[in-house]
Amino acid sequence: MEIRDVPCPFCGCLCDDISVRLDDNRILGVENCCTLGNAKFLSKGRLQHPIMRKNGKWVEVSYEEAIDETARILSDAVRPLLYGWSGTVGEAQVVGVHLGEEIGALIDSTTSVCHNPSILAIQEVGHPGCTLGQVKNRADLVIYWGCNPIEAHPRHMSRYTTYADGYFIDNTVTDRKVIVVDIRRSEGAKVADEFIQIKPGGDYLVLSALRAMVRGRDDVVPDSVAGVKKEQLQRVASLMQKAKFGAVFFGLGITMSRGKYKNVRNAIELVSELNRKTKFTISAMRGHFNVYGFNEVLTWMAGYPFAVDFSRGIAFYNPGETTVIDLLERKEPDACLVIASDPGAHFPKSTIEHMAAIPTVQIDPCVNATTALCQVQIPVAITGIEAAGTAYRMDGVPIRMKKIIETNFPTDQEILERIVTRIREMKRDG
Amino acid sequence: MAEILLKNAYVIDPISGINGELMDIAISGSRIVEEASQKAEVIDCQGYLTLPGGIDSHTHTSGTKVNFGRYMSPEDMRAGRTARRGPMHITSGYSVPTTYGNSYRYSALGYTTLIEGAMAPLEARHTHEEFKFTPLQDSFANTLFDGNWGMLRALEEGDITRAAAIIAWTLTAVKGFAIKLTNPGGTEAWGFGKNISCINEKIPTFDLTPADIIKGAIRANEMLHLPHSVHLHCNNLGTPGNYTCTIGTFDLVPDINDKRQSLYATHVQFHSYGGSGWGDFCSKSEPVARKVDFSPQIVIDMGQVMFGRTTTMTADGPMEFNLYRLHHDKWSNHDVELETGSGIIPVNYRKKNLVNSIMWAIGLELALLVKNPWQCLLTTDNPNGAPFVKYPEIIALLMSKQYRDAEFATIHPDTEKRVPLPALDRELNWHEIAVMTRAGQARALGIIDLGKGYLMPGAEADIAIYPIKTDEIDPSAEYEKVIAGFSRTEYTIKRGRVVSRRGDAIIDGENTTYWVKPKVPAVYDMQHDPAFIELFERYYTVRMSNYPVQEEYLHRNYCIETETDL
Ligand SMILES: [Zn+2]
Repeated sequence: MEIRDVPCPFCGCLCDDISVRLDDNRILGVENCCTLGNAKFLSKGRLQHPIMRKNGKWVEVSYEEAIDETARILSDAVRPLLYGWSGTVGEAQVVGVHLGEEIGALIDSTTSVCHNPSILAIQEVGHPGCTLGQVKNRADLVIYWGCNPIEAHPRHMSRYTTYADGYFIDNTVTDRKVIVVDIRRSEGAKVADEFIQIKPGGDYLVLSALRAMVRGRDDVVPDSVAGVKKEQLQRVASLMQKAKFGAVFFGLGITMSRGKYKNVRNAIELVSELNRKTKFTISAMRGHFNVYGFNEVLTWMAGYPFAVDFSRGIAFYNPGETTVIDLLERKEPDACLVIASDPGAHFPKSTIEHMAAIPTVQIDPCVNATTALCQVQIPVAITGIEAAGTAYRMDGVPIRMKKIIETNFPTDQEILERIVTRIREMKRDG
Repeated sequence: MAEILLKNAYVIDPISGINGELMDIAISGSRIVEEASQKAEVIDCQGYLTLPGGIDSHTHTSGTKVNFGRYMSPEDMRAGRTARRGPMHITSGYSVPTTYGNSYRYSALGYTTLIEGAMAPLEARHTHEEFKFTPLQDSFANTLFDGNWGMLRALEEGDITRAAAIIAWTLTAVKGFAIKLTNPGGTEAWGFGKNISCINEKIPTFDLTPADIIKGAIRANEMLHLPHSVHLHCNNLGTPGNYTCTIGTFDLVPDINDKRQSLYATHVQFHSYGGSGWGDFCSKSEPVARKVDFSPQIVIDMGQVMFGRTTTMTADGPMEFNLYRLHHDKWSNHDVELETGSGIIPVNYRKKNLVNSIMWAIGLELALLVKNPWQCLLTTDNPNGAPFVKYPEIIALLMSKQYRDAEFATIHPDTEKRVPLPALDRELNWHEIAVMTRAGQARALGIIDLGKGYLMPGAEADIAIYPIKTDEIDPSAEYEKVIAGFSRTEYTIKRGRVVSRRGDAIIDGENTTYWVKPKVPAVYDMQHDPAFIELFERYYTVRMSNYPVQEEYLHRNYCIETETDL
């Protein structure tokens, strides 16, 4: 049996044209997918039962016992942290936000450690963006800045930009110019018409130079800016202004390098400036397939895209204070629930040590680096393969993830709902 | 079934021809009935003003652009925080509240039905998700077609039937309610950074003018027998001298529906400007209102501006960019492939600003000058002109010349030379206010048959009881009491249950989403139309099979099936 048009639960591209071949409730093969998505569809090996540490040893326990223990941990906590969320669907995230509200938790997502600076910049200067199809159909200039689509978003170029069929583009290969900006010659640089190599930490300067040029002030730009020759910048500024529709995509190369959100702000202001001359848009290359969905859900429910502290009985947002890394660095949380992410693999050592020192529970189908920090792990259905629900693509387009495999594993949403119910029961029973 | 008996309700129900009668209203389940049994819960209304639940026929509360307004505005979120209380969740936001914030605050004002003004079909799932978390009101989504390539191509070929078929397919797919055109042609032109100046200018990428789109959509709308008419945000919003464009647009509209208007023009305040630039900017509410008076086929809403901070958000991307160039504050834009655009900027309407002062006057003038209140409905285009929490103040301004004069004395002194407002003595009465805030909306939206907007047996039990005794208040002088009375109902009843009591939501609630499904013959079913499928699969970035809003998003819903002339 073949199921078509399956959205891929890997990256923020959320390609929804995957064909999956099934036999007897098992995936045999996947078509149209990139290697990253492929690996996810075909991955084996998962945790079969909930596990709990007892006397220093992992033991298998029932769902009931694991949920009971989780509810007890969260009920007893004074400063609970609910973290992760980007690898699950909106329907589960909603339950998480309600849970956070009910127990006065701090809730944050993986956004906090990736595009957090992009959001701060947007909150200062806004975001001239568009859906990906607008780029596909119209853009004659595409700029990848501080990101590596070929490795991190392998189908971005073929589905949405360089190699995609476009309504107003006669020949997508010759009629679209591509500029790649990076600190090293990445794979993407090879297909670029223009590759700008910036010295590490120099993005802000280069963006400022381009802004000056777009404003007609070439005279203030020195001969070389962060290792980039003025002539090249002039060429690029001219390409930008001559484009009918220019689209900038940026990644962690500018959000997480020196200058952080100021870089993004500068890039946005360059794009806003360019709109006085022609059409330009800018978009973040979001990582997890539903990282943007959590930002959306938390925003409509609480007013902010990430890092919301419910401990005061209202939604309090102050990045730098209410962001997960800062909170853990201050060793504030006394309990932690991790879901649909793997902080154990990415977080700084000191924060991981604190997570290991407090009762931490993980909801995840697989054993991962975070498992080592946990007291309890509850395995669940794999979202987007064994569980359906809503995800938001990197450009904000909502897509319904499919359930293509039957499973006995409960979904994230079901587990969270059972935890909420159990916490209420405990509260009622004192 | 649960029963409620409202005793001593002072009822104004314009649709039923009731203008201030003391009566009892019986409710059984979700409906108003002839009489209740002995078991009914009795609520003594003490002679308080009792109206059908409020209906906002044009507001922005749910969906991609609204949520981005929140996302980019932590300063606005901080300006409206409330704590968890009883069944009420925490809320954030002043001009763009969180979904619960919208729902609780609208409910406190007695509103039970909201029409989201602009839903991009591609992002419809998002709108429906937010509807679910706006639990105390029924939801309807105006669906954007201004730049819909399928429809534009059909109109280009002069094939209105095909345009209607595409509209039908899309509305059904995205669970939309009505056809919304926002700056028709302009949003498509904005795809390459351009705009359209008025109705007779050709769109750069299609062989069509806005006039062709508007006329075509009106015809298609009636072929599909949709409950509502075409809902239009005219071209050229916000520019000096645009009133001629607005009147020119109204001239295009035939009178082809005998139950309601053939065109609903929204936030007309923003389209009633004179002058050749900001220097001689002035009100042209008089010619626009006169045009409406002579055009029974047109209904407008005010789009009133009130002073203070708010957030502007519209599918009109190029207009928002122009605003950004005036205000130099932050600017967001979000074009939607093959469909439409959108933009957001925060604004602060100031009394000391002459243009803002004139805008404030124009909205009021339209409401006072249009003779028939059924043709001019009360809105702020929430939150564009002002957040909806300002409605009670607007009602008071319309009911009191004294209040208007007092306010007028505080605005920019040159306003007087540019607007007719000081010369207008009309003071609207309670009945006219009831028309402009619920009955008129129900008729204009074509939802009276669904039990909306009136209080007779058979109607949905959506009722607002305000702590106002009309015989004890002189609205001309005691406008503060009018404001207080409309700011917080004694009871808001939705679908037969008390959902809000003295400003607080008291139950979780669950709304109904209304959507249309025109019955289209097989030959016109776009689901199987090769050309339509090809356009879709080549140029959208979402597969056609993944595009329709799935049943899972509808929760409680009501499908309005229509017979068509296709
Ligand atoms: Zn609007």
